[in-house]
Amino acid sequence: MRIALAGQPNCGKSTIFNTISGYKAITSNFPGTTVKYTKTNTLINGTTCICIDLPGTYSLTSGDPAELEARKHLLSGEVDVIINVVDASLLCRSLELTLQLLELEAPMVLCLNMMDEAQRKGIQIDIQKLSKILGIPVIPSIARTGKGLKELFNEVMSVWGEKRIGKTLKFNKDVEEIISQLDSLFNSEWPVEEKVPSRFLAVKLLENDQFFIHEINPLENIVTRVKLLQEKLEQIHGVPSDEVISSERHALTMNLFEKVSTVIHPPKRDVRNAIDHWVMHPFFGYLILAGIFYGFFNFIFGMGGYIEEPLMELFDQWIGGLEESFGKGSLTLFLSKGVLQGMAGGIAIVLPYLVPFLIGLSILEDIGYLPRVAFLMDVFMHRIGLHGKSIIPFILGYGCSVPAVMATRILEFPRHRFTVSILTTMIPCAARITIIFGLVAFLISPNAALAIFALNILVVAISGKILTTLYPEANLGLILEIPAYQLPPIRNTLKKSWYRIKEFIVIAWPILIAGSALLALMEYGGIEKYGNAVLSPLTRVLGLPVSVGTTLIFGLLRKELSLIMLTQALGTTQVLTVMSKSQIMVFTVFVTFYIPCLATIAALWKEIGKKGALLAILFTLSVAIILALATRVFLEVII
Amino acid sequence: MTTTLDQVYENKKATVIDIQGGQGIRQRLGRMGIHPGDTITMLRYGALRGPILIEVHGSQVALGRGIASKILVEEIE
Repeated sequence: MRIALAGQPNCGKSTIFNTISGYKAITSNFPGTTVKYTKTNTLINGTTCICIDLPGTYSLTSGDPAELEARKHLLSGEVDVIINVVDASLLCRSLELTLQLLELEAPMVLCLNMMDEAQRKGIQIDIQKLSKILGIPVIPSIARTGKGLKELFNEVMSVWGEKRIGKTLKFNKDVEEIISQLDSLFNSEWPVEEKVPSRFLAVKLLENDQFFIHEINPLENIVTRVKLLQEKLEQIHGVPSDEVISSERHALTMNLFEKVSTVIHPPKRDVRNAIDHWVMHPFFGYLILAGIFYGFFNFIFGMGGYIEEPLMELFDQWIGGLEESFGKGSLTLFLSKGVLQGMAGGIAIVLPYLVPFLIGLSILEDIGYLPRVAFLMDVFMHRIGLHGKSIIPFILGYGCSVPAVMATRILEFPRHRFTVSILTTMIPCAARITIIFGLVAFLISPNAALAIFALNILVVAISGKILTTLYPEANLGLILEIPAYQLPPIRNTLKKSWYRIKEFIVIAWPILIAGSALLALMEYGGIEKYGNAVLSPLTRVLGLPVSVGTTLIFGLLRKELSLIMLTQALGTTQVLTVMSKSQIMVFTVFVTFYIPCLATIAALWKEIGKKGALLAILFTLSVAIILALATRVFLEVII
Repeated sequence: MTTTLDQVYENKKATVIDIQGGQGIRQRLGRMGIHPGDTITMLRYGALRGPILIEVHGSQVALGRGIASKILVEEIE
């Protein structure tokens, strides 16, 4: 049997999902964390169930691609029970979706989540009354602590057993009349082949839902009948038919909300409002923003540097020891050196920076700071033709470009999504940050690393301006929910960080070791010369040692490889002995911007198509060459 | 007094009268719980004509100025 978790963004679907799946879905405190569905097999009371965590959706009317993904699932007819998760503290707005879900006439359970939040706001909900009116079980819960979830799944099993379907609340008489006219047409003249109830289809067509309008497009006489009925609604009410339906539904919701809830006391004085007063302040907000990111930077650098130094020394000793035991020039030496250098890169360079970075990012996400950043940055994003919401993919891009590209699904407009997808790949991901830290901050100075980050932001902004001029999006404007701050259990934040770190250990690290060994073999066989020769025009123009050429090719697989292979290619972990400081800067600038890694290209391909992915490759490559060249000229000629 | 949402002072409430725009913008706002008849509290303005922050049905929503200027409201004393 299949259970789907559906609900508005940020109501806790993924948190519930994680309690039954272990930790499988990333949770955060911003709307749109889940942009594609995740599923898990689980055993509930002895029955094997497939549980699906859907992206949040404010309504079943067409929305952004993440919402459409959720809708597609709900309309597929393959869901046996819907768990409608609702943020109880936002009951009024959330019931709007609940009423639409009930129109699907599928077994359903309502989960009133975040009951503690509702209580704090002084909202008391008459659960039995709500359950009676809707005709479905209503279960209060606090998913963060796991409270109520056992009862929830018990009810899921029982509605599934009884195939119990809730009630569809009815609109005003005149509207219902038109709906039933259309509904009966479906039943008599055109049998509905959709897997959705005919009334639902009728309502959606009257609502002028583009998806369904498109579906019926080939059937000319249906189209005219629908148009006629839409006009009739418009005539009676004096507003477009979509507005008629939405106000009807809104009125029903308000009415229901008033029946089942009472405000028993005014919201308790909330320290979070006082925090927001400063965090979103037109002046201090920006100071705090700068402070947080500066502190974040220092935290990672401080932690990482502290750990990297002794570890590198240790590995250097081991690698030195290898030479003695195996003798110069032997295959075993090359191979074991390659493997050891790959391991060293993972442990001593990547992990010290990756771990504090991912933990820090998780904390910012879970607390709910990112939507505030979107609010503060909106005005600047407009300058480059985007709006504030696009800052969320950008910030996620500092973690990994792949989820960042996926996160563009929270943007409403296709051209916007296109531009932001390409731009996010230019944001240095954790791997590239590691290179910036491990090479520049560690070997040159933290300020030089900061300069690279600043240059990066400037370049992304200018590129944004260029791309939005080429692909303008007329219909701008920010509409973004700013959720209340949450103090997530530390356990959750750590689990999420672990989930992401594990990805590095299980997938990236073996590739690093294998890549490093492969490069050592190539060096032994003298093959790596060819790779270097192919790239020599590039390395020569940039004034880099010819031997780094191959590392740039390997960097396309995983960005970390560029760094680890660098020490392998140069034959020493003491990079400064073979590369000058300006060469290191040029190398890092180039690696920061050039072609996204394979996984990111695949994500781009999927999200914005082949042409988009190709454009991203060409665009980032030219930006990287121009910038690296400019860096070289700047450092060697001017200074 | 009838005005547009971006003209409402901080900490004042207003009732939505009409949303001046096509189906697209009506739907986008409707999903956030903003419909004609709803009460909105203006919480703050962003710097440099940045977005506004409002409260509607207990949730906080950031709206760009352009969008806010399309929402016709009646101020509540």
